[in-house]
Amino acid sequence: MSNSTYRIQGATGEWEVVIGLEVHAQVVSQAKLFSGAATAFGAEPNSQVSLVDAAMPGMLPVPNRECIRQAVRTGMAINAQINTWSRFDRKNYFYADLPQGYQISQLYHPLVGEGQIEITLDEKDPDSPVKTIGIERIHVEQDAGKLMHDQHPTRSYVDLNRSGVALMEIVSRPDMRSPAEAGAYLRKLRTILRYVGSCDGNMEEGSMRADVNVSVRKPGEPFGTRTETKNVNSVRFVMAAIEMEASRQVDVLESGGTIVQETRLFDPDKMETRSMRSKEDAHDYRYFPDPDLLPLELDDAFLEECRASLPELPDAKVKRYESELGLSAYNAAVLTAEAETARWFEQLLAAGARIQKKSEADVAKASANWLLSELYGALNRLGRGLDDSPVSPEQGAELLALIADGTISGTIAKQVFEIMLETGDAAGKIVEEKGLKQTSDTGAIEAAVAKILADNADKVEQYKGGKEALFGFFVGQTMKAMQGKANPQIVNELLKKALAN
Amino acid sequence: MTELTDLTLAEIRDGVARGGFSAREVAQAFNAAVEAGRPLNAYIVETPEKALEAADAADKARAAGDLKPLSGVPLGMKDLFCTEGVQTSAASRMLEGFTPTYESTVSAKLWQAGAGMLGKLNLDQFAMGSSNETSHFGNVVSPWKGKDGKELTPGGSSGGSSAAIAARLCPAATGTDTGGSIRQPAAFTGIAGIKPTYGRCSRWGVVAFASSLDQPGAMARTVRDNAILLEAMAGFDPKDATSLDLAVPQLEAGLSSSLKGKKVGIPKEYRPDGLNAEIAALWDRGVEWLKDAGADVVEVSLPHTRYALATYYIIAPAEASSNLARYDGVRYGLRDLPDGAGLQDMYAATRAAGFGDEVKRRILIGTYVLSAGFYDAYYTQACKVRTLIARDFAQAFEQCDVLLTPTAPSAAFALGEKKADPLEMYLNDVFTVPASLAGLPAMSVPGGLSSEGLPLGLQIIGRPLDEQGVLNAALALEERAGFAARPEKWW
Amino acid sequence: MSVDSSTVKKVASLARIALTDAQADALVPELNSIIGWVEQLGEVDVAGVEPMTAVIPNHLRLREDVVTDGAIRDKVLANAPQAEHGFFAVPKVIE
Ligand SMILES: [Mg+2]
Ligand SMILES: [Zn+2]
Repeated sequence: MSNSTYRIQGATGEWEVVIGLEVHAQVVSQAKLFSGAATAFGAEPNSQVSLVDAAMPGMLPVPNRECIRQAVRTGMAINAQINTWSRFDRKNYFYADLPQGYQISQLYHPLVGEGQIEITLDEKDPDSPVKTIGIERIHVEQDAGKLMHDQHPTRSYVDLNRSGVALMEIVSRPDMRSPAEAGAYLRKLRTILRYVGSCDGNMEEGSMRADVNVSVRKPGEPFGTRTETKNVNSVRFVMAAIEMEASRQVDVLESGGTIVQETRLFDPDKMETRSMRSKEDAHDYRYFPDPDLLPLELDDAFLEECRASLPELPDAKVKRYESELGLSAYNAAVLTAEAETARWFEQLLAAGARIQKKSEADVAKASANWLLSELYGALNRLGRGLDDSPVSPEQGAELLALIADGTISGTIAKQVFEIMLETGDAAGKIVEEKGLKQTSDTGAIEAAVAKILADNADKVEQYKGGKEALFGFFVGQTMKAMQGKANPQIVNELLKKALAN
Repeated sequence: MTELTDLTLAEIRDGVARGGFSAREVAQAFNAAVEAGRPLNAYIVETPEKALEAADAADKARAAGDLKPLSGVPLGMKDLFCTEGVQTSAASRMLEGFTPTYESTVSAKLWQAGAGMLGKLNLDQFAMGSSNETSHFGNVVSPWKGKDGKELTPGGSSGGSSAAIAARLCPAATGTDTGGSIRQPAAFTGIAGIKPTYGRCSRWGVVAFASSLDQPGAMARTVRDNAILLEAMAGFDPKDATSLDLAVPQLEAGLSSSLKGKKVGIPKEYRPDGLNAEIAALWDRGVEWLKDAGADVVEVSLPHTRYALATYYIIAPAEASSNLARYDGVRYGLRDLPDGAGLQDMYAATRAAGFGDEVKRRILIGTYVLSAGFYDAYYTQACKVRTLIARDFAQAFEQCDVLLTPTAPSAAFALGEKKADPLEMYLNDVFTVPASLAGLPAMSVPGGLSSEGLPLGLQIIGRPLDEQGVLNAALALEERAGFAARPEKWW
Repeated sequence: MSVDSSTVKKVASLARIALTDAQADALVPELNSIIGWVEQLGEVDVAGVEPMTAVIPNHLRLREDVVTDGAIRDKVLANAPQAEHGFFAVPKVIE
């Protein structure tokens, strides 16, 4: 992936796409960046607006510590430079969703400087190469309000609930070379944000939006002129917008035109980007330091707390799952792709190790396999996620322990699990009540084996004649006769012995 | 018996406490004076009922033995402070009819201290001006008259405050000072006014002009009254990120006019060629008065003083251009929506109609100096020179405790006299602006009368947070100047 | 640097202040005299000088993340020139 081969075939030859992303991620916080109004999604219009958010005369901003803390933690998670001296600037422009007439942002001295994120095109393919995408900066800024255009024939309506909500703007270097890389970058970024807990990554609710900077060039040539497609709100749309915009640019260039540096919109219905009606002066934002706010200076204690509160991050987790838990690269990747999955898995592991009095590494493989096949299969069927799984990690670990100590067979375990899903009961209780304990009573198994062999004398002949594949048939029949409760090892042994006669 | 309206704030407070008169009598007397003083155009809104309400509460509190620091004292409130339920216009058409649903921190503190409100005082529109000729509600006329009988400016921007105090339409009032807006009007009307250290008084709920310079302060006839009022106004406010988290000193209790052991600096750059001879002479008298109070006098240098005004007229308009962007006709205030106009046209029409000429001028200058290609040459350069100006003061204060300068380069001028040339008007703030840029506490006290019989002021500038030192030096001047002149009542 | 009528109009448009041609023309000499005057700052040697960031030495305080405000829609809309259905209303914006 370090030498991406994504190319657009034009009439004049191959073109390379150069992509940079500016991601706006809503910071998880109770209150807004500069006011005490709530941030919850979906409230009644203008019901989460303070006098500060509405920019009433004489109102002043006071920053929310949590928003700064979350941005710093995010910066640490991408190994970025944390600037202990930063400032807020005003970005001045007029729009109905911007009550102050300026957005408080950070241009000259952002909170977070250079960092990087490692991506793989196919997270589940252990052989997929790793590429490092540079992060130029993360700054903290206010979100704008919302304009509704479809509620009145001649008026637009303004809702300021979002006005002043804290955003992190995460600006990448123009390091991506294909829509797939951009998609992988966004997924990885979202994973990191969710691990850190600084953004819920919910693109449907607008918690993450990307401004997509795209240019094209002939391979080896300098960067071309870029366009910025604003506010694209899903991974799929970002990839589509890049594809559409890159081929549009190739068309323009190949027909002798030039690319205008401009702001564009992505229309997911028409699958195209189009120019926003831009005013000639639209870009003179007259940034200057916000005189209502002093420089933001962070001390060591604050930074230390931020660092100490960081969880183990996905890259580190993958490595640990492989080296310490002995999981496959695939399983490690899948289990760490979402913070929620890893958390569930680690709870399962901890409970399993405790119940079975073994190390986590000893129970890891069985736990991973069960989670990824049995539990995921069931949740898929039920249309649920891990967060509302009917079976808890503790309950799952108990089930796995019953298999491990031979109390039930894998087959019975599947039945027990079904009952757990329906009733929410504990595995041990179900096994007890339904009498599903595996039997190692050799007498009973011997009797069953004798009956099966007697009833299937023809197959016994064939087996002895060399058709050894029939062994599985005898196992199956015996297990069926034992209602699945026979210890499979003993069944095997006794069958072999009986057939050898 | 002296008229109640002739009493100082301290005398009213003490008289009410002693029972010499009731707070209601005081409020009634001032309400009547306010009404009679309408020709001065000092008040935009009169609130006699608010004054009476607070007075009745004060009289009850006295009966209950529960007096507060300002019980019985009616005040004028500069119409830049948002007052809940009472129009706050910043003297603009833009905010005509705007009724805040909230109370500024400073005014709330004053009401909590027992004070009552006589009304909202006129000012230069959005506090931009030095003569009170930019108000949408008309000029404020000084109660003082020159020998030729011409109407004079009460100074600006707190010209309604200065005129009302000098004319006994209130015993004291709030002001705000961005580049001299408390001190220059105080000097022009023969009263005292103090701008505290930047951050002492909360800016929350004060209509913003230039955030890094704006500072509420006190205005009254005496130094003592200034100390009492400022003590009640000041204090930490978590709602203002630039507010200083420090206890408010007991300024009145700390008053002392003995300057033994104190050093007074005389900045030589404040004596430019062509300094008005009367002003220079007054300044010399001030030096002698401070020596008489026990101070040593040293000459100091503030080499970047000559650049202060130009620095100010970049930084203040730049901040103002952004601070005033919120007046767009969407959420409050004037909306001018021409037929068929879109949003951006509505903004342009609203702002053209709602702002006066001087406000527009400053917004345009501020927009220009921040615009692409000019930002560094103008704005960043000005912020660097500001650092040098502040450094000058810090170095001077290594040699002295306070500075003594004139407050303004002349006595009050006639209304209309300087209106034609904005630049000439700006030069009025030449002595007050440097301390504003450095955020220092500074005060004007009356020093005497000009040959025309008009008040002249002296300015004391102090170290950061040393309001007490400023008040004490001002008190020493006040005691020696013996300023007793008052405007003859013509209204 | 001196401004002409078209610069004045451009700046006024940035500041969203409608100006007639006559008003713009009248502002040209006024703004030029002010701008010409403030340009004296260019002569100050500021080598190695940091732009002032805090007037009085002070640190930016941070608030705790607690909801203490909002739920005051009536107050927020109280002075609106046009409020409908809990929204501020403006002329239709075409994006
Ligand atoms: Mg962007
Ligand atoms: Zn942004």
